[in-house]
Amino acid sequence: MEVRGLVKHFGDVRAVDGVDLDVKEGTVLGVLGPNGAGKTTLVRCLSTLLVPDAGSAVVAGFDVVRQPRALRRTIGLTGQYASVDEKLSGWENLYMIGRLLDLSRKDARGRADEMLERFSLTEAAKRPAAKYSGGMRRRLDLAASMIGRPAVLYLDEPTTGLDPRTRNEVWEEVQRMVREGATVLLTTQYMEEAEQLANELTVIDRGRVIAEGRVDELKAKVGGRTLQIRPSEPGELDRMVGAIAQAGLDGIAGATADHDGGVVNVPIISDEQLTAVVSVLGQRGFSLAGISTHLPSLDEVFLAITGQKTSEAAASEDASDQQYAEVSA
Amino acid sequence: MSAATLTAPRVKPGADEGRIGIRANLRHIGALVRRNAMQIKHDPESMFDALLMPIIFILLFVYVFGGAMFGPGNQQKYVQYLVPGMMAMMGMNIAMAVGTGVNEDFRKGVMDRFRTMPIARSSVLIAKIVVEVGRMLIATAILLGMGFLLGLKIEGGIPAFLGAIVLSTVFGAALMWIFILLGLTLKTPQAVQGMAMLVLMPLQFGSSIFAPTKTMPGWLEGFTSINPLSNLADAARALIKGQGAVAHPTLITLAWAVAITAITMPLAVRKFRNKT
Repeated sequence: MEVRGLVKHFGDVRAVDGVDLDVKEGTVLGVLGPNGAGKTTLVRCLSTLLVPDAGSAVVAGFDVVRQPRALRRTIGLTGQYASVDEKLSGWENLYMIGRLLDLSRKDARGRADEMLERFSLTEAAKRPAAKYSGGMRRRLDLAASMIGRPAVLYLDEPTTGLDPRTRNEVWEEVQRMVREGATVLLTTQYMEEAEQLANELTVIDRGRVIAEGRVDELKAKVGGRTLQIRPSEPGELDRMVGAIAQAGLDGIAGATADHDGGVVNVPIISDEQLTAVVSVLGQRGFSLAGISTHLPSLDEVFLAITGQKTSEAAASEDASDQQYAEVSA
Repeated sequence: MSAATLTAPRVKPGADEGRIGIRANLRHIGALVRRNAMQIKHDPESMFDALLMPIIFILLFVYVFGGAMFGPGNQQKYVQYLVPGMMAMMGMNIAMAVGTGVNEDFRKGVMDRFRTMPIARSSVLIAKIVVEVGRMLIATAILLGMGFLLGLKIEGGIPAFLGAIVLSTVFGAALMWIFILLGLTLKTPQAVQGMAMLVLMPLQFGSSIFAPTKTMPGWLEGFTSINPLSNLADAARALIKGQGAVAHPTLITLAWAVAITAITMPLAVRKFRNKT
């Protein structure tokens, strides 16, 4: 997949403003960005739902503008809103899609059964999709996208609004698709999701690429994880910060005390650093009530990359947000 | 980005090779018709309008107005007058539902799925029309069944009677393109419904469906003489009764059907293609 200078605007709003992307065959590119960054518009351009205003995009060897029909044979799309017919049962949805993809009746039937089995939906096969839980619907949606064995899959925020257990199920399925050779473009608002699934990451904001690279490169840039340490005595926060600074551990800098939260925050990159920090505190005789690690939030990633808050946080009434809402509606 | 990444993307040679043949197109329409039929199976309430409306309307009109129009005890004469007109009305009422259906489809993600699949985009709309014509025929059958119970007589022979059914179906199918266009243009199903009623009411009541137009003021009579529903009702009436002018109202009805389809179908298909 090669995207060059892609532009799509709605009126005055440039939802996608000159985006370049490269996705190698069989890899996952994560597109990370806040609401209104232009992620959905980008996916809609690349899946022939929107015609871009400028730039070029070639997916699986087909030009998205000049060869949309040929392209549609090779792509699968799972949107933010499950694109299945809620009035039909799971089986009927998959059978219909098989038939629309020119499978014979027999093959369409077989493929529907097979996909239901694979996505653990066999028991719910006959129920209308409207009665499915959010996670089941999302799985059915993925199954529907996989019926035609697409070479390229677009997953537009596949786990937004799902509970953690269901989210893990979706992740497992995506990983399995990639093992079977699919090329995936995944949009997400969650650093954790990008870390789990993506090989490479592109961060976009206001329709522009603001950072790109391998996931570990970007993580290093934003400090990987944050280690939070809660002392038994809240009064010891500052002494703990001092102790960590004095120890001079490799790669550890910038421990801070959060007096409101009653914790010390230490940016770390590796598990060894975690162990080192905790053992230093143990040697100095601090009594700890709890420790935890957190991946940086999208806001922290943005802060680290751009020195600015996300456009969403900066102006939640931003025009591009409204456009986004309209586009995805 | 660096200059090195700005090489021209590799594009497979040749034109857009995904052209869809007629057989594949018919198969797609078949699968989508099945989808719409299955929706009805899972949601039988959606058939209530087609099943109950003809029954309720015919009973109401025959017993509320029948006596007043043709004298007490002469309701049967009104049945003969009303039923052909109501065939025209059924078509319009069923056609209206297609607009809200299309609108609802677009508010759900499933339309995105169809539009990213290698199928002709018009097949989604054509399948919708096929199913709605089916619904229209069911509603007409029920209406005629009720009519026979209340004393409707076919006096013009079976071929003319079938001709009346075909004419009202053709006109109803043409009307659907208007409502599909409305469904694609307006934002909510409620707006589609409201707009449709606005179109529907004057056309229905400013016509010869319920009462002869002789007693109407001149301007209204002028309107009814070009109103396609009026002409359709007159044509169907003459066909079923076996007397009265058939050719003129039939021609006007067909002219309307052709004009409506020729204008609104391309607009609707284009709107459907470009919808974001």
